Amino acid sequence: MNASRNPQLGRDGSLQHLLTIEGLPGEIIKRILDTAAPFTEVAEREVKKVPLLRGKSVFNLFFENSTRTRTTFEIAAKRLSADVINLNINTSSTAKGETLLDTVDNLSAMQADMFVVRHAASGAPYLIAQHLAATGRDHIHVVNAGDGRHAHPTQGLLDMYTIRHYKKSFADLTVAIVGDVLHSRVARSQIHALATLGVPEIRVIAPQTLLPTAMERLGVRVFHDMRAGLRGVDVVMMLRLQNERMEGALLPSTQEYFKYFGLTREKLELAKPDAIVLHPGPMNRGVEIDSAVADGPHAVILPQVTFGIAVRMAVMSMLAGG
Amino acid sequence: MSAAATRLPDAETLLSTLAEAMRPRIAEGAALVGVHTGGVWLAERLHAMLGLTAPAGSIDVSFYRDDFGSRGLPGGMRRSAIPFAVDGAHIIIVDDVLHTGRTVRAAINELFDYGRPRRIELAVLVDRGGRELPIAPDYCALDFPLPAGRTVVLARSDDGKLALNICDE
Repeated sequence: MNASRNPQLGRDGSLQHLLTIEGLPGEIIKRILDTAAPFTEVAEREVKKVPLLRGKSVFNLFFENSTRTRTTFEIAAKRLSADVINLNINTSSTAKGETLLDTVDNLSAMQADMFVVRHAASGAPYLIAQHLAATGRDHIHVVNAGDGRHAHPTQGLLDMYTIRHYKKSFADLTVAIVGDVLHSRVARSQIHALATLGVPEIRVIAPQTLLPTAMERLGVRVFHDMRAGLRGVDVVMMLRLQNERMEGALLPSTQEYFKYFGLTREKLELAKPDAIVLHPGPMNRGVEIDSAVADGPHAVILPQVTFGIAVRMAVMSMLAGG
Repeated sequence: MSAAATRLPDAETLLSTLAEAMRPRIAEGAALVGVHTGGVWLAERLHAMLGLTAPAGSIDVSFYRDDFGSRGLPGGMRRSAIPFAVDGAHIIIVDDVLHTGRTVRAAINELFDYGRPRRIELAVLVDRGGRELPIAPDYCALDFPLPAGRTVVLARSDDGKLALNICDE
């Protein structure tokens, strides 16, 4: 693959794969959000389907379990009239690249049109896209549904759609991302998207042990005190505490985590009165977020899920339509 | 009128002609659905001129176009909005220019995803010929055959006045 060219974009600059938000031009991000808007209306019809991907085969290739993400991709593809094939491939951490590409070759031979890939290894969707390009199968598209600690672009995009829905513009916002940034592919996608869309102040609130090094290089302000970090923010983006990714004791206990970094009503009062609270789900109630906040008037967590389907429909139809 | 003519009649006059053609035949309770963008402008005006009670709907047929595979989705798409029950409704699709008939085909398909209409009719300001599907208007203000490669475009000025222009496709 030509290294100087963004591997996600075709020769004409159109979206060929969705692998990461990093490096994605702002116009493409805006185009995805604009395209998603009319798709939200499809869910309100008697027939919740449009014929854009009729006759296309979308393979959900999940090498790592995720019921929610897989389901939302499946619904999105089905509402576009695609045929959806779900493959939950439980692999050990020793899975080799060869196995992955063999799988891809086999499914390509079954006339796949799109792969939606979730993999524990960062870069797996890149590898697939690269392999498809190298073997002259440019007509097959890849969507990254979460790779390792690297990226989860559709989650980042649906978060941007949600923020734009409630705040209309990104131009004057202060946005705080709170929690386990170290293990979070969602946080990376969010930071790149917020920066590209022109959010003037992006804050990251986390304990030192859950922060990657050189966070400031991404253009964010780092806070270790949640109260200071939440002061005056328009948007609070909570992250899930990634229990399953914890290697070694990074935290004394979840109770202590909740005390310092859990979002409670009392802490949320430091944010702007019309602040919104996002969470990518699934939530750990009483660990990173209090139920009173999760079910409270500031939470837009369930609308995120609904918007997520429209955003994924937009991405898949933009890929298929070239 | 010959295809060579470059001057079109005034769009406002044509709109009045269209409204008068529809008035005697329009059923009680008929509902207009404008096709984005020109058709929506016309549907709004016709709705007021004809004193219809059912709210006018608007559709963007981009999700139903038959050239999606080659052209993809256009920019500037709108949400379709059908503010009445389609089941059993008498619907008049309103568009500015009728050409190949493919937009109307897409509009009919889209409407059926909202329910089963009792009847669908078609009202257009200009029929420029060049049909590729068996579709004909029920109401049309002007027959204006044009050669392939030429097109009629409806424009709306800031004060809401409509105008027709011929240009190359």
